[in-house]
Amino acid sequence: MNKVAVVGYGNTKFSNEDKSIESLLTSATKSLFDNTKNIEQDDIDVVLVSTNDNTKYLSAILSELTGISPKIAHTVENLCSSGTNSIVSAYSYIVSGLADIALVVGADRYDCPGQILKWDVSRGEFMHPVFWASVFTKAHKREFKTTQEDLAAVSAKNHTNAKFNPHAYSNKTYSIDDVLQSKFVTDDLHLLDCSRPCSGASAVLLASENVAKKFEQPIWIKGIGQKTTSASLAKNKDLTTMTSTKIAAKQAFDMAKIQVNDIDVTELHDAFTICEIMALEDIGFVKKGDGASYVRNLYDTQDNKINPRGGLIGSGHPLGATGVAQVIEITQQLQNKAEKRQIKNANVGLVHNMSAAATSSTVLLFQS
Amino acid sequence: MTMFENELKKGNFVISDCSSCKTIVWPPSDYCNNCLAHVTWRKIDPVGKLIEFSKKEEMIFGIVELEGKIRLIGTLKINSSDISEGQCVKLHSCSYDNGPQFTFVPCNGSY
Repeated sequence: MNKVAVVGYGNTKFSNEDKSIESLLTSATKSLFDNTKNIEQDDIDVVLVSTNDNTKYLSAILSELTGISPKIAHTVENLCSSGTNSIVSAYSYIVSGLADIALVVGADRYDCPGQILKWDVSRGEFMHPVFWASVFTKAHKREFKTTQEDLAAVSAKNHTNAKFNPHAYSNKTYSIDDVLQSKFVTDDLHLLDCSRPCSGASAVLLASENVAKKFEQPIWIKGIGQKTTSASLAKNKDLTTMTSTKIAAKQAFDMAKIQVNDIDVTELHDAFTICEIMALEDIGFVKKGDGASYVRNLYDTQDNKINPRGGLIGSGHPLGATGVAQVIEITQQLQNKAEKRQIKNANVGLVHNMSAAATSSTVLLFQS
Repeated sequence: MTMFENELKKGNFVISDCSSCKTIVWPPSDYCNNCLAHVTWRKIDPVGKLIEFSKKEEMIFGIVELEGKIRLIGTLKINSSDISEGQCVKLHSCSYDNGPQFTFVPCNGSY
């Protein structure tokens, strides 16, 4: 099977700026061209835009604005995991032989409509994600004695990590006490337990094995797992487990022939603090119920191998850009170019992304 | 609007049963998500079980399971000192105003 590598990337700052979606997309694309040697617009076969924005025909618009005339161009939308879904689509175009080089650009604005899934009547009037996250948190507390302090450690750790990410929304650090003192959103979540929607864009360039050789330090996609269990919250029978994440992780590990113990650096989808704890358990880093103590230890030892760029909580969460930004972080880590965030001797990395109360998940594995 | 939403507007919670394999289809749809046959509509059994809950200021909300299959988030009109996961609750009212609303009360006791 054709191998596929990440060979270039570009980012905008994540912020609350009122920039148009087109401006965000072109800014990240320009950043990618500025950062990447040996790439011309004419080399690009595929342009995929990952977004929840309602603007139509964005991949063709981005292509025109950046002087690209691709064979294949379209938008990919899958709520919060649009970015990783786009990368899987681009991978598939390359592996199938339809393309050699694919540009994936993810972007959303702070007022992105993808935060609410109106179709899901099972959410009743509690449409905002903070409500399912509160119930998941309560269930985890009840079953595994997870505490509000454990949750706060996730936020404190990820804000600390984000301090060294020049594209992160937040540059503030918070102690566990600071998180606990932040406003209660519900009885089970403080404001600082939640990621925030913002404006931002991220772009990656993927290339086939033959073409990747002309780029510096290609990072190979070794494993892909994706699973959609449902769209509605209603099918989530076990509130302490993200079933789609469990299945996607197994698929990715099987495909890559890599074990969880081989992972040096990880990007997890921490839309809410409980999500990081559950993802650690469901991917298999720790057994069920041990996610909270694992995170506490990471915080106490200032170990940044989980969410080194600050996660969604520290970096901000422009939905369509998030999965792409996660892939950029792992690429930089495996290229030994992550500067103050660098994990020593990182050779294998994992990206986990998900949508809508973990009804859909993607797990990607990368190797240098 | 869908049949479900139209009935909610009238204060009725109706669910779709498959006319062929008898599966309860939830969230509601015109077709069975098991065998894709047409569905028939009926009123729900309002008695269910509270799966989990949380609280926002004075409002308690939680996931309720009805007929052993239908899970949804509703408002719980239960004293916070009396509430516990697994307890019996019943649908008190439902409506639709720019989205569905479900309210539950304890099966036993007053509200």
